[in-house]
Amino acid sequence: MRKKRIEIIIDAKKCTAFQKETILEVASRNGIEIPSLCYHPDLTAKAHCRLCLVEIEGRSGFFPACTTQVEKGMKVITDSPGLRRARQVNLELIFSQHQEECFDCVWNFNCQMLNLAKKYNVEITHFQDRKKGYPVFQFGPALIFDSSKCVDCRACIEVCKNQGVGVLGIKKNQSFWEVMPLENFEEKCCYCGQCIIHCPVGAFEAVGEFEKVEKPLLDKSKTIVFQFAPAVRVSIGEEFNFSPGTILTEKLVAGIRKLGGGVVFDTSVGADFTTFEEAKELIERLKERKNLPLFTSCCPAWVRFVEIYYPEFIPNLTTVRSPHMILGGLVKSFWARRQKIEAEKIVVVSIMPCVAKKYEIKREDLKVNNLFPVDYVLTTRELAFLFKKYKIDLRKIAPSQADIPLGIPSGAGVIYGASGGVMEAALRTFSYLTTRKNFNKIKFQNLGKNEEIKTAKIKIGAYSLRAATVNGLGNAVKILQELKKKPDLYDYIEVMACPGGCIGGGGQPLPVSPQIRKERAESLYQIYKTKEIRFAHENPVLKEVYDALSPQEIISITHRKE
Amino acid sequence: MNEIIKKMKKAGLKGRSGGGFPTALKWEIFKKQRARKKYIICNAAEGEPGVIKDGYILEKFPQVVVEGIKIALRTFKNSNAFIYLKEDYYQRFKENLQKIILGLPISLFCKKGGYLAGEESVILNVIEGKDPEPRIKPPFPLQVGLWGCPTLINNVETFYYIAKINRGEYNFCRFYSISGEAKNKGVFELPENYSIEQILKETGNFPGFDFFVQAGGGAVGEILLPHELNQPVRGSGAIIIYNKKKTDPFDLLKKWASFFMQENCDRCLPCREGIFRIWEMIENKKLDKENLDNLFFVLENTSFCGLGRSASIPFKSLIQKLNLLENNEKKKN
Repeated sequence: MRKKRIEIIIDAKKCTAFQKETILEVASRNGIEIPSLCYHPDLTAKAHCRLCLVEIEGRSGFFPACTTQVEKGMKVITDSPGLRRARQVNLELIFSQHQEECFDCVWNFNCQMLNLAKKYNVEITHFQDRKKGYPVFQFGPALIFDSSKCVDCRACIEVCKNQGVGVLGIKKNQSFWEVMPLENFEEKCCYCGQCIIHCPVGAFEAVGEFEKVEKPLLDKSKTIVFQFAPAVRVSIGEEFNFSPGTILTEKLVAGIRKLGGGVVFDTSVGADFTTFEEAKELIERLKERKNLPLFTSCCPAWVRFVEIYYPEFIPNLTTVRSPHMILGGLVKSFWARRQKIEAEKIVVVSIMPCVAKKYEIKREDLKVNNLFPVDYVLTTRELAFLFKKYKIDLRKIAPSQADIPLGIPSGAGVIYGASGGVMEAALRTFSYLTTRKNFNKIKFQNLGKNEEIKTAKIKIGAYSLRAATVNGLGNAVKILQELKKKPDLYDYIEVMACPGGCIGGGGQPLPVSPQIRKERAESLYQIYKTKEIRFAHENPVLKEVYDALSPQEIISITHRKE
Repeated sequence: MNEIIKKMKKAGLKGRSGGGFPTALKWEIFKKQRARKKYIICNAAEGEPGVIKDGYILEKFPQVVVEGIKIALRTFKNSNAFIYLKEDYYQRFKENLQKIILGLPISLFCKKGGYLAGEESVILNVIEGKDPEPRIKPPFPLQVGLWGCPTLINNVETFYYIAKINRGEYNFCRFYSISGEAKNKGVFELPENYSIEQILKETGNFPGFDFFVQAGGGAVGEILLPHELNQPVRGSGAIIIYNKKKTDPFDLLKKWASFFMQENCDRCLPCREGIFRIWEMIENKKLDKENLDNLFFVLENTSFCGLGRSASIPFKSLIQKLNLLENNEKKKN
């Protein structure tokens, strides 16, 4: 449906708007800044923080720009002495709730509150912090909610609900209705970390962020091996003022190496193994017509979601491990033997766009030879924090290549970071394995507004596959409900817990918006296009590893214990 | 134009919940909404301290109220009605009302939540089983209300007078709740243009001691001194009398602040944090003029709903009229 185009005036600037748009949307599209805190483009406008107020000519009073719809000929004023006063007082009140811990905050001094405080001359300690001494809640090994920083905007409640989880809500504490974890939150949270991404004031963070970031570097008696996920290379630049989606693979490698890690591998190589094994598993399941549709399991938040909320679908999850777990296993076997290092003497550190990965590495069922394949997970944000602490500037550092043999991925391994990438990679290898031919682009039918659910019917040789890719756990619920009614609807389903896939993950630099996710994803496909080797099965390291290890060992490293 | 709407317009009837919106205009807008289904709500949430007139009317004249609702049901095709009662009213009047509404498309609904749950858009959320919080307006309930359908919300007293207007018995009166240090407490039906002084005198409540009143309602009503009583009562028609000598103004301020802190929904910042900071100053008996001015300013101008926007009225008027800031300054020196 085409919306009617109208013209409005904001601060004497003519702006094109569409009916039903809000003043805030029109302003931001036209490069006019209206301060806002509780607004996030992923969520419904709440009008809670009362900062985005504007005046409208001919009407009395202030109006929240985030919920006021434009009207033809509307004249909007975004700055006046009254508005400045209102914003200043309201900012003081926001700061009166929020216990500052700026040196240890996921916003890393890129803080909207502080920027606004400067702009509006706000005395941030005008009132004493009301929430001093408020409790800190830990959600498993993945994330933390420090309620003394919360300003009760309720964005986290909405995003958690949208994710189909809903472990956050409001509770009455004396006279205040406050954002709090609900009953049994420890058991019910899936660790996707979207609360971190959508909290405007850093009340949520990963476990250990940033107090424990140096821990992996401290054990000098061990060999440290780093690996970094596909999505990190297109997002870490944002922490160094590169534009979103800037591809920094080699600078990232150089930075990690400078940090003290001698060896740097690429998780995308692990992804090539995942692709190969998963394609094989799909062929087997299709032959036996067993446990279909096959679900991807690269995303630990999705796996946990199935285990907690839809255990009847556990058999559908592929037994193939996620890329970094496979790579960790290979480092502690294949590579360790080659380097003549004992597996116990190696520390594997994964740089991930994700906080659920902090939980995944602690799963007992993913141990290989009684060792955890990966010892530490640092998020993209945590790595950036370390870089800054050690004065490693990605703007200045000279690029460097990841190490061989586990540092050169195929293009397929890189697109794992975007929603749909795993399936695309696996189906290409599936095609090769079943027909000895590489096939071209999959035509997906888009079922969601922002490609949250895509489906396709794909003919590969004798197979006619029905596939779906989903991002966002709440959207996965829709597919699961559909499957409950019609179990034969699909053969293969990829689910990523976070919007847009790992590029929108809970460990990524802030802020995240649909536009930023889009730019990160496009860059991953850009890398894919420039790779000489695009298919996982063509990556020579696969042959090298499969030749070197026994089939049993391959299985123990690439598949989860059942 | 519809006959009853014409009559209401002629009578100049205004809503009796406190807002004072012209009822005929409300009905006209509602009539124009095109929808397969419409809802009518009779608001008996009455949650403001000192206001008891809706309970009085439901006790004395329930048939007349239901008669008013029936007129609305007739006027708006495919409509159903709710009588939305606060919990103790629900318990008290349930049995009797059920008899009266038997066979009519009217159901009773027991309010959940406190004072705020009487606000129009909160009522919609409560009936739909959602959290008792205000909705973003527009759209207004008249356009998009219960389950997305246009919804008309009128107060008990408004429906009472609609029936009276329809019968041709409207006497341009309203119901006043009188409480506090009054000799003759209760609910009185008197002309709506009466001044507060007239009302107090006519009901035998004009005090012989030094006093002030809170006029409108026990929460958002304004404080008026004896020489300011030559004006009608606004809001929900309550008058609370205070003995000036016996009343500790800080107790009163604290009572209001605690009431708002307890009753607000804590969603929007100025109401949640602003009222808390006012409460804090009162608690410490340290009123700071600049802080108060700023907090009143953001409450009045930036709150999400009517509760926050009007919450400053009692504080402001009491502090100003009893010179509490100056007294406070003197104490400091």
